[in-house]
Amino acid sequence: MSQPKLSLSGISKSFPGVRALDDVSLELYSGEVTALIGENGAGKSTLVKTLTGIYHPDEGEIRIDGEVVTLTSPHSAFELGITAIHQETVLFDEMSVAENIYLGHAPKTRFGTIDLRAMHSKAKTVLEGMGAGHIEPATLLKELGIANKHLVAVARALSIEAQIVIMDEPTASLSHKEIEDLFVLIEHLKSEGKAILFISHKFDEIYRIADRYTVFRDGGMVGKGLLADSPQNEIIQLMVGRSVDQIFPARDSSIGEQVLSVSQLSHPTEFHDISFELRQGEILGFYGLVGAGRSEVMQALFGFTRPSRGQVRLDGKPVNLKSPADAIKAGIVYVPEERGKQGVVADLPIFQNVSLPSLHEISKNGFLQLANEFALTREYTERLDLRASSLSQHAATLSGGNQQKIVIAKWLATRPRVIILDEPTKGIDIGSKAAVHEFMGDLVGQGLSVVMVSSELPEIMGMSDRVIVMREGKIIAEHINDETLDAATLLRDAAGIEEVAA
Amino acid sequence: MRWLLRTREIWLGLAIIAIIGGTTLRSSNFASIGNLADIFNNTAMLMILALGQMVVILTRSIDLSMAANLALSGMIVALLNSSFPGIPVPLLMLIATICGLAMGAFNGILVWKLDIPAIVVTLGTLTIFRGVIFLIAGGKWVNADQLSPGFIEMTRIQLLGLPLLSWFAIIIALLFFLVMSRTPIGRSLTAIGINPTASVYAGIDVGKTKFISFCMSGAAAGFCGFLWVSRYVIGSVEIANGYELSIIAACVIGGVSIAGGVGTVGSALLGALFLGVTNSALPVINISPFWQMAISGGAIILAVIFNSRGSGNKGRIILRQEVPKV
Repeated sequence: MSQPKLSLSGISKSFPGVRALDDVSLELYSGEVTALIGENGAGKSTLVKTLTGIYHPDEGEIRIDGEVVTLTSPHSAFELGITAIHQETVLFDEMSVAENIYLGHAPKTRFGTIDLRAMHSKAKTVLEGMGAGHIEPATLLKELGIANKHLVAVARALSIEAQIVIMDEPTASLSHKEIEDLFVLIEHLKSEGKAILFISHKFDEIYRIADRYTVFRDGGMVGKGLLADSPQNEIIQLMVGRSVDQIFPARDSSIGEQVLSVSQLSHPTEFHDISFELRQGEILGFYGLVGAGRSEVMQALFGFTRPSRGQVRLDGKPVNLKSPADAIKAGIVYVPEERGKQGVVADLPIFQNVSLPSLHEISKNGFLQLANEFALTREYTERLDLRASSLSQHAATLSGGNQQKIVIAKWLATRPRVIILDEPTKGIDIGSKAAVHEFMGDLVGQGLSVVMVSSELPEIMGMSDRVIVMREGKIIAEHINDETLDAATLLRDAAGIEEVAA
Repeated sequence: MRWLLRTREIWLGLAIIAIIGGTTLRSSNFASIGNLADIFNNTAMLMILALGQMVVILTRSIDLSMAANLALSGMIVALLNSSFPGIPVPLLMLIATICGLAMGAFNGILVWKLDIPAIVVTLGTLTIFRGVIFLIAGGKWVNADQLSPGFIEMTRIQLLGLPLLSWFAIIIALLFFLVMSRTPIGRSLTAIGINPTASVYAGIDVGKTKFISFCMSGAAAGFCGFLWVSRYVIGSVEIANGYELSIIAACVIGGVSIAGGVGTVGSALLGALFLGVTNSALPVINISPFWQMAISGGAIILAVIFNSRGSGNKGRIILRQEVPKV
């Protein structure tokens, strides 16, 4: 066990405005599971993409068995025996299990065609070898549940005789029973001498299955060691240790009357019994791990999905939100997470983006009034300090931070009461982040109320007046954000870890 | 993007002028005002239909039933005119438009409420509409002698040197321009084609907007139903058979993207004019009908290549760009 199977050293990778990985190192050992731990945005996904040949590091070297290798493409990673099993397993629903396992390296007949019989019998052997003999090689993948799809992905990894297996949050969508099965399988992989990188937010799983850990924070490696020697508190402290370059604006907004109250909002599959209230001039943080159901609740508040039960009141009056148009009219707006897909209309000019939810307000007798439209756009883009040469410029030509400003301007222009910001600073550079934060301060200063969904602890701690923590579709805790609240508490709530005596 | 579109429209305009110029070398009076007005008049219906089709294609749908809708609406007013010659012709024009609108609304409802792909819906209704013509007319034609003189004259009356048919196209083009550039629905049509998800979040009902686009294409087809019967003085099951393809071709040549979100009134009009001009020019320079079809086909493929190169994935903007302060 002296020499690591895979070692990374001095790996750095930058994207415009963001240093995603900064001089990180990582070792994986044969027959051992190494857990990669870190908050969202700590650089875990970038690392996985680097290891699978999708991204190429700017600096640093990757060694396998002590030899320096370069991963030029996903194919070269595959040939070097590195395989990744992703959160959303990347497989082909319309193909059979055997075809999925052997896609790209299927056994051939003498004539160069795929030897179906050999492929099926080999697939059967691989599946049986990993205790998944119940899966028939001829079944179409779409007929399997998510857990069995994971097994197929693992079988694929075994079939190419990968020595290094990366599991990127493999348990995120599995039930308890399925997670247990997966752990049995991981033990099996360990016993075969595979080096495994296990990425998970869940501490109980990490302590259960992993031997070693490496902690990332803000793109850097901040600690590593043997899990047996490290109590949870120590690792949590490593994760949340504050970075120095983020300063949050001081603000003095007075919190007023209750504006929004949500009671017992439930959805058959996504969230249950969600009750909270929001006051004027307040920033309410929603913290939780990815997939905790926060965005789903917000989408229900925006009339996008229909909750099965529960009531929403605005200024004490019940409101019926059947569509986003209803919500906008009532004064609730939602700034979604995926800017590209849900936020800006890239091929429309800035002014048409800003006016999109307000088309009827800027119209007179059914016709758009361009003067009103430009006045509206100018008013809100100036308030946000949007940098563009002209308001007729297409949104696609602007930077991510400026696109975010367009989205925010668009919503402000509807003169809302409540503004829901879903991961408002995800994937934007630090300068733009500060501008968005400052702007949130302005919003509440003007008497608006803000719900901020964020997976970044510093942002939650720096901006919120109160914090609600969600886990698995339920509200777990609600905290007033004063000096007594510490990041470790929030992280424990979100990850479901019992308080450990320090 | 908009700049590219403009240049594409300019290129298409130049191509049309080049064809007119080239043909004039062979036949000197091709470019005469009278002949150009004739070509415009011949293309009038195609322009109206292409405008209707454009708004549907903008929303990432397609209306294959336009020609069948035209034929059915045309047959309805032809039968009404032959049975009740007393009905005023303007009322018949309104009836044709409303019939077309109703058929478009039927397509739209299926796309909106049942979420069936537009290509499937309109392929089905295409056949249904043609079948209904057969049923209501009993398989017979409505001939010139059954139509009232007022009906036949309606497309031919001269006003300021142009037949009314041309004026109808001009008025409808202006109407579409107004709707597309100056109304919330016009803006919504483009927005949902470019980014349906963002549009939903902006409070735009995507399904309803598609429904409205089908109503627009249906109304355009219905109105053209009247024009077609009046101009060609015949109503039958067969009229405008296969014409749906010319309508779509006009849009594609004009630069309307089948992927949705890209298309202007100008692009639909120019696409239709391009087809109209080539169809008039080719016989003049003695090119056989076979080549005419091949040339139209080539123009479509060229247009698609132009469009995909123009609007293709330009990649992310990674390099820092000089952005002047406002």
